[in-house]
Amino acid sequence: MAIAYILIILMILCAVSVVFFKDLLNAVIALAAVSLIASVLFFLLQAPDVAMAEAAIGAALTTAIFIVAVKKTKRYENEKIS
Amino acid sequence: MRKLVSIILLGALAFGLVQAVKKIPFGVQKTKVGKYYVERGIEDTGSSNIVTSVVLNYRGFDTLGEVTILFAGAIALGAVLFTGKKRIEREVYPASPILSTACKFLFPLILLFGAYIFIHGHLTPGGGFQGGAIAASALLLIFLGCPGRKTDGRKTRLMESLGGIIFVLAGLLGLAYGGFFLFNFLPKGTVNNLFSAGIIPVLYIVIGFKVASEIAGILDNLFGETE
Repeated sequence: MAIAYILIILMILCAVSVVFFKDLLNAVIALAAVSLIASVLFFLLQAPDVAMAEAAIGAALTTAIFIVAVKKTKRYENEKIS
Repeated sequence: MRKLVSIILLGALAFGLVQAVKKIPFGVQKTKVGKYYVERGIEDTGSSNIVTSVVLNYRGFDTLGEVTILFAGAIALGAVLFTGKKRIEREVYPASPILSTACKFLFPLILLFGAYIFIHGHLTPGGGFQGGAIAASALLLIFLGCPGRKTDGRKTRLMESLGGIIFVLAGLLGLAYGGFFLFNFLPKGTVNNLFSAGIIPVLYIVIGFKVASEIAGILDNLFGETE
């Protein structure tokens, strides 16, 4: 299960980097990566139902909704809303 | 100072959580109900996917609550975003023909895959929520790849309302036939056949349509702009 440890470390790195990105688009992509790795981990833990839900909702639809939200508000953290 | 206080508070919280979780042995059977589902699930419900038999048969009422929460969320988002004024018809830049053709080619395939997942929810992993989300991601592809296309809001709302009504009606019919809500009143058939497990496939198809139309409505609300 060495792959699981590698994936968990990657997932924690992605999750921490979400907080530190100033560009919110990068943060959204990192969040999508967290969801994708979580779905692979669910699959490795033999929960294909949950893995499917996580991949479809967490990685695809939530990312799209967040990207639209970023596009409609502001992209960088210290930017003023015009 | 504030940072220090928050670090100390977080540390205390983490310590408490670790102490609480340490006492629970990992992977040990503690309740009998889980074992019962694994051993008797197939006989009881006729569905070869045990997760589905739990979600729609043993815990069917909770699923109704889950669907209701999703419905309330979609309505709340619509109330926030759609203020009742007319939509701005903005000039849309057409996508390149390669992109839009590829999207139009992939759209029915992804939709079919989603439908396959929620129709086979009682046989293979997946079900209404997963299949509905996949079908909605096909619509997302169209929203992104072919700008200017919209879903008909009235039709998606009609579809999701019909889905909810059929779910509740199936539950009430079970109440009339068997004495409790969501009683499995249809014949169970042979395990591993498509037409088996009584009302479970019906409910999952209904949930699939409902979730897909709800998420399509959410995406349509987000992509469109009002004054």
